[in-house]
Amino acid sequence: MNKLISILVLSGVLMFSFETVAAPIETFKFDSAETEKVFHKLSEELRCLVCQNQNIAESNADLAKDLRLEIYTMLKNGKSEEEIVDFMVQRYGDYVLYRPPFKPMTWLLWFGPVIVFVFGLIYVVRLMKSQSAEVQPVSLNDEEIERIKNLHAEQDNK
Amino acid sequence: MENNQPSLTRRLMPLIVFVALVALLAIGLTLNPRLVPSPLIGKPAPVFNLPLLLNEGSFSNKDLIGHVTLVNVWASWCYACRQEHETVKHLSRNGVRIIGLNYKDEPDDAKNWLAKLGNPYQKIAADYDGRIAIDWGVYGAPETFLIDKQGIIRHKVIGPLSDKDNYDALMAVMNTLNK
Repeated sequence: MNKLISILVLSGVLMFSFETVAAPIETFKFDSAETEKVFHKLSEELRCLVCQNQNIAESNADLAKDLRLEIYTMLKNGKSEEEIVDFMVQRYGDYVLYRPPFKPMTWLLWFGPVIVFVFGLIYVVRLMKSQSAEVQPVSLNDEEIERIKNLHAEQDNK
Repeated sequence: MENNQPSLTRRLMPLIVFVALVALLAIGLTLNPRLVPSPLIGKPAPVFNLPLLLNEGSFSNKDLIGHVTLVNVWASWCYACRQEHETVKHLSRNGVRIIGLNYKDEPDDAKNWLAKLGNPYQKIAADYDGRIAIDWGVYGAPETFLIDKQGIIRHKVIGPLSDKDNYDALMAVMNTLNK
């Protein structure tokens, strides 16, 4: 139990420590809080292609800086969130998205875990069934019953 | 006597699943995550018009039409560009039309670099702020695009052309265009 608690505490600490990672700061001025929210959402959901495990918001790479500026300029010009995402996908492909789109090519990606889970479930159910079947007493055939009777008779005769 | 043992395949099942998983992950490890397929393959080259680095004038996407062209994204600060430079020169000597896209570079640095290492480019378009490179989906130099006579992007090389796999893949597509 103590172990479980320490694991939970540790994973909690790890989870929140990522929140405090310092992001590069530029001074973008936004017309509205709404636009600023869209800007932060986009730069957090788009992958930086130079340093692939960071998003555009976190990365210090030159390209990430350029793309932040690009997103900012597009928002200034009244472009919508979808238009900006399309802009990025047209140039860099789906890979730029941290949240992969839902389409035939990515079905396996989306459904894979469910499929594996279902197979696992079927396997476990079958395993449990076969184990409970083993506990069931096996009925003896006539020959075996006859043999037991003989053994008892032998025992009694001694 | 009835055989209560599970069949051989059933007993080996965990091993089979394990081996299959290891094989899948091993294949995954050999793939290069830096090779991001370009969505621009099969599409016309992006619209652009950039000043030339060495001469007066400009270069636009319209200047790509009518020739099979390599557009080579390079910069003087880029180490791998230096690595591939001999290969670029080799291609140029063999009559391949190569247009340079000088990416986020200082003009003087770029000119010095060419003076020292040689200039294989027929023309060099200067993309000082890297804005046009974004339209081309560039995320690091060197990158090389193969453009056909209709101005359609047919192949993209990410990384140095001096790499044999990169070079062979490019040649395979290029040979189909010249015929």
